[in-house]
Amino acid sequence: MNVRPVGCRPSWLIGGALFVLACSAVVLLIGQADIPRGAVLVEALDRLTPGTIESGLSPVQKSIVWSLRMPRIALGLLVGAALATAGATFQGVFRNPLADPYLLGVAAGGGFGATIAFVNDWGDGRGFFDGVQLAAFVGALASVALTWVMGFVGTRRSGATTLILAGVAVASFFTALQTYLQQRNTEDIRQIYVWFLGGLTTEGWGEALLALPLTVLCIGALALSGRTLDVLTVGDDEARMLGLSVGWTRLILVVIASLLTATAVAVSGLISFVGLIVPHTVRLLFGSSYRVVVPMSIIFGAGFLVLCDLAARTIGTASEIPIGVVTAFFGAPFFVMILRTTASR
Amino acid sequence: MTPALSLRGVGVSIKGARLLEDVDLDLQPGEWVSIVGPNGAGKSTLLRSIAGVLASTGSIEIAGQSTAGLNARARAKLISWVPQSPIVPPGIAVFDYVLLGRTPHLHPLAREGREDRAIVSDVLEELDLVHIAERMVDTLSGGELQRAVIGRALAQQAPIILLDEPTSALDLGHQQEVLALLERLRQSGERSIITTMHDLTLAGAFADRLVMLACGEVAVVGPAVDVLTEEHLLTYYGARVRVSHAHGHVMVTPRIDAGRRPAEKEPT
Repeated sequence: MNVRPVGCRPSWLIGGALFVLACSAVVLLIGQADIPRGAVLVEALDRLTPGTIESGLSPVQKSIVWSLRMPRIALGLLVGAALATAGATFQGVFRNPLADPYLLGVAAGGGFGATIAFVNDWGDGRGFFDGVQLAAFVGALASVALTWVMGFVGTRRSGATTLILAGVAVASFFTALQTYLQQRNTEDIRQIYVWFLGGLTTEGWGEALLALPLTVLCIGALALSGRTLDVLTVGDDEARMLGLSVGWTRLILVVIASLLTATAVAVSGLISFVGLIVPHTVRLLFGSSYRVVVPMSIIFGAGFLVLCDLAARTIGTASEIPIGVVTAFFGAPFFVMILRTTASR
Repeated sequence: MTPALSLRGVGVSIKGARLLEDVDLDLQPGEWVSIVGPNGAGKSTLLRSIAGVLASTGSIEIAGQSTAGLNARARAKLISWVPQSPIVPPGIAVFDYVLLGRTPHLHPLAREGREDRAIVSDVLEELDLVHIAERMVDTLSGGELQRAVIGRALAQQAPIILLDEPTSALDLGHQQEVLALLERLRQSGERSIITTMHDLTLAGAFADRLVMLACGEVAVVGPAVDVLTEEHLLTYYGARVRVSHAHGHVMVTPRIDAGRRPAEKEPT
C-alpha cells in the first residue's frame, strides 16, 4: 500500500489563503468614503512596487485607504485568526465541542479589567497601548490563572471537567464584580457597553501592531501542536499511555491559547461566536483531525471576521453595528446551514 | 534469562481500600500470560498499575530496568496498552488513529516522518485494516475497532502489550480472530502479552500461563490445566462448573442444576 500523507493538504491551505486574500481585497474597496474602486486597487499595487504607478487618489483618499481601511483589515485578520485558533485549541484540550476561547473566564476577567480601567479613566481602549487594553489583558490572564488554581484545589490531577466548572465559577465571580462596578459608575456604562460588544474600529495601525507579535507567536506554536491535540482526543489515560505528559501539555496549550485570547480581547473587546463556529465549520468541511482543524481555523477565522466587519461597517446606515452582533447574527444561521448540509454524509 | 517484565510486591490502595496486594509475577520474553479471576478481584487494577495509569507500590521492572523513574514517553516505548473501552475520537481516519501509536517516538512539536507512516502501513497490512484505512474510527464495527486499537498499540513497537478484556465486547468469531491475531503477533515479533480475560476456556486455550486473582491477591499461577480446576473455581468464583479436557484444551462449562454459592473468599 502507498504511504499515505497525513494532515492538511497543500491545496486546502493555498485555496484558503487565496480566499482570505480575496476577502481582504474586496473589503478594502468598500467603505463610507466614496473612493473609485479601481483606483484603490491601483494604489494597493503601487504600494507593493513603490513609485511605478500613480493611482490618482488625493492625499485624503490615500490616507483613508492606508490609515483606516488597511489597519482595520489587518486587525480583523489577526483577531479572527486568534479567536478561531484559541477556540479550536480549547475544544481539543478539554475534549469538549462547546468549549470556546472564553471557557476559563477570559471574557469576564477581561471585562472586569476593562471596566476598572474605564471607570478610572485610564484610556479609551484604542490606539497602540493604553490603560484599558492593559487592564483587559491582565484581567483576562488573571481569570485563567485563578481558574487553573481553583481547578487543582482538592484534586490530584487537572481533570478537564473540574477546570471547566472552575471556569464557570470564576466567570460568575468576575461578572458579579464588574456588574457591581458598572452600577456604581453609571456614567461610564455606555462606553463600557460598546467595548463589551467588541469592535475593530481603529484610527491607525496601533492596535494591529500591538497585537501582532504575540498573536503570530502563539498561532505559530498552536499550528505546530495539531498532532499533540490529536493525541489528547483519546482521553487522558490513553494519551498518557501513548507517551504524552498530559498535565504539562494541557497547561502549556491553555497558557498559549489564553495569551492569544487575552491579546484579542485587549485590542478588540469581546467578540463572541468566532471561536466556536469557525473550528466547527472547518471540522464539518475538512475533517476532525487537529492537524487540519488548527491551520484551517487560522485561515477561516481571519477571513470570517474580516467579512463580518464589512457587514458591521456597511449594513447600518446611521452608525456601525457592533461586530459581536454581526458574528452571532450571521454566524448562527450559517452554522446551522453547514450542519444540515453535511449531516447526511 | 532476564524476564521481560518482573513484578515484586505490587500493591494498589485507593482511599484506604486495598485493591491489590503483594503481587509477584515474571513474564518471559514472548510469553502470553492471562489474568483471570472473579469480578472485583483486581484484574484491571493489576493491568492498569503495570501500565502506569494507576500509581502502585512495590517494584515493576522491564527487562531488568525499574519503571519507577520513567516519564510517560519512555514508558510508552516499553509498554503499550489496549484499554477495555477505548475512547473513540470522532472523525479520525483509521490510518491517523494508528499513527497516534508513534507518539512516544516523536518530539512533541515534530510531524511523523516517512518511516513512521511506513510502520503504520505495515501494521495495517498485518491486521488486515488496509481496506478501511480511510474509514473514520467512530464508524467501525466492534471487531474492526478492536483491531484498530491493537494496531495503535503495535505502532508503538513496545516489547510488552497489555490488553484489558480484549474479547469481552466481541462475538465468538471475532473473539477467536483477535486471539489468533495476538498469537500470531507473539510468534512473529518477540512480543510479550498480558491480557485480562473473563472467558476461562478461551483464556486457557491461548495463554501460556494463567494468573488467577482473588480479592486482590494472586491465588493460583500456572498452566491452564493446573489453574482451571473445579475446586479452584468453586473456591474463588463460587461457581459450580464441570472442567473437561479435550484436544489438549481445558473446557469450563457451568452446571445447569446448581446455582452459584458464595465464594469462600469474597471481595470486601
